[in-house]
Amino acid sequence: MLTRPLRLLMATSAAAALSLAIAGPASACGGLVGENGTIQLERTTTLAAYHDGVEHYVTSFEFSGQGEEVGSIIPLPGVPTAVERGGSWTLQRLEREVAPVDTALRFEAAGAPVAADSAQVLLETTVDALDITILKGGGTEVGRWATEHGFLLTPDAPEVLDYYSQRSPIFMAARFDAAAARARGQQAGDGTPIELTIPTTAPWVPLRILSLGLDGARQVKADVFLLTDDRPQLLAGANGVTLQRSGPASTRLLDDLRSDAHMDWVPSQQWLTYVAVDAKAADLHYDLAASVQPDRSPSLMAAGLVDPAHAAATTTLPRSDASWEWWVAGAAAVTLAVAATRRRARARDRSVG
Amino acid sequence: MKWLVTALVVVALAGTFLVEQAVTGAGSAAKATATVHLTIRHSRFEPDHVVVPADTTVTFVVDNTDPIGHELIIGDAGVQERHEKGTEPYHPPRPGEVSVPAGTTQQTTFTFGTANGITYACHLPGHFAYGMHGTVDVTSR
Repeated sequence: MLTRPLRLLMATSAAAALSLAIAGPASACGGLVGENGTIQLERTTTLAAYHDGVEHYVTSFEFSGQGEEVGSIIPLPGVPTAVERGGSWTLQRLEREVAPVDTALRFEAAGAPVAADSAQVLLETTVDALDITILKGGGTEVGRWATEHGFLLTPDAPEVLDYYSQRSPIFMAARFDAAAARARGQQAGDGTPIELTIPTTAPWVPLRILSLGLDGARQVKADVFLLTDDRPQLLAGANGVTLQRSGPASTRLLDDLRSDAHMDWVPSQQWLTYVAVDAKAADLHYDLAASVQPDRSPSLMAAGLVDPAHAAATTTLPRSDASWEWWVAGAAAVTLAVAATRRRARARDRSVG
Repeated sequence: MKWLVTALVVVALAGTFLVEQAVTGAGSAAKATATVHLTIRHSRFEPDHVVVPADTTVTFVVDNTDPIGHELIIGDAGVQERHEKGTEPYHPPRPGEVSVPAGTTQQTTFTFGTANGITYACHLPGHFAYGMHGTVDVTSR
């Protein structure tokens, strides 16, 4: 499973037989971009868990072991207070939850833009063979930082970086240190899970970033999991994103997640939402916004449906008497296409088990 | 004395810029001159259409506001095809061809005759397909 928020070729030696793919919390699709534009798409997985005003992004970077060396930049909704190695099986356990398979086999396997000339480096850390940098800056500044640090940005990158920096000027850049990976004995396909702890006002999952560098006809596929205290309201930009599961998370799932590394924050009761992305790259011009507050709809701006400069008057969708949980809005006309109940389930209503 | 006034340019009509030729000395057979300013933003040329009088030597001044490098190649279909298939990563400042590193302003000149079919483009990998090209209409004087 790979998630690759922003595919950026590293302009380092072509001999470096490394590729990087991200199973991003902020996004969820994989594929590698080569110098010749070759892209391999793979379904990828992301967890964005929101509890007590903090979003926990769990993502995984996979060591390809062949092809070009590729790095990634992920837009983030805020400044992380922690960037650390994620649990080893969280993403796999979530996949199993929505697509149960042979238990024994599975358990074996489960083991606002800144005005500055340059991007500000907020944090640098290394997790296994991954060099991770948290950046703050506008699209141009972050793009400049990336190119100066060996990333080869695709032609759509300037526009996409501007798009995200207007919503949140925080980005995570990650790249494999090829020598470190080899020294650690990492093989092709070995993943490095990353967990980011990000205080923020609402859950948010960037999706548009998944289309970066792709031909418009390419299909982008991803699995996005949300864990929230209550049933969230969701807003996405258009067709191609479907709500596959929405309900109380089972005690068994939460216990399993809690037992993984750095996952002890998982509460005893959570709402599990599973969203599948299956869209053409050309259509993926939006993000996934969510609200966990009963009196607030998801942000149109966060969903990428309105320009931040003109968002003041139309920050959220108008509340409706209808019971909507899932909003899929057309980019131009905010067309609601998929609906479910909007009634918020409280903990007392949940069937835990 | 032959003197040259580089007047130029620029009537914007829905993305089209009309380049007015410079004045040359009376009775001179010399080419007129003009300057066109192009801005690169989000891997696209602004404007993406220019109108140039025939027999004019145009200085293209290109301001790259993107954080990535681009190039400006001016020429007919054969020139564009050669660069699209070529492997030159960098172009020295020669007539009609110039690399434009991120955040810089570069210039190159190109002399237009009377033939149409001249375009300008960036041929770094994926850039042309992304839409990084423009057209030039050559009008008779």
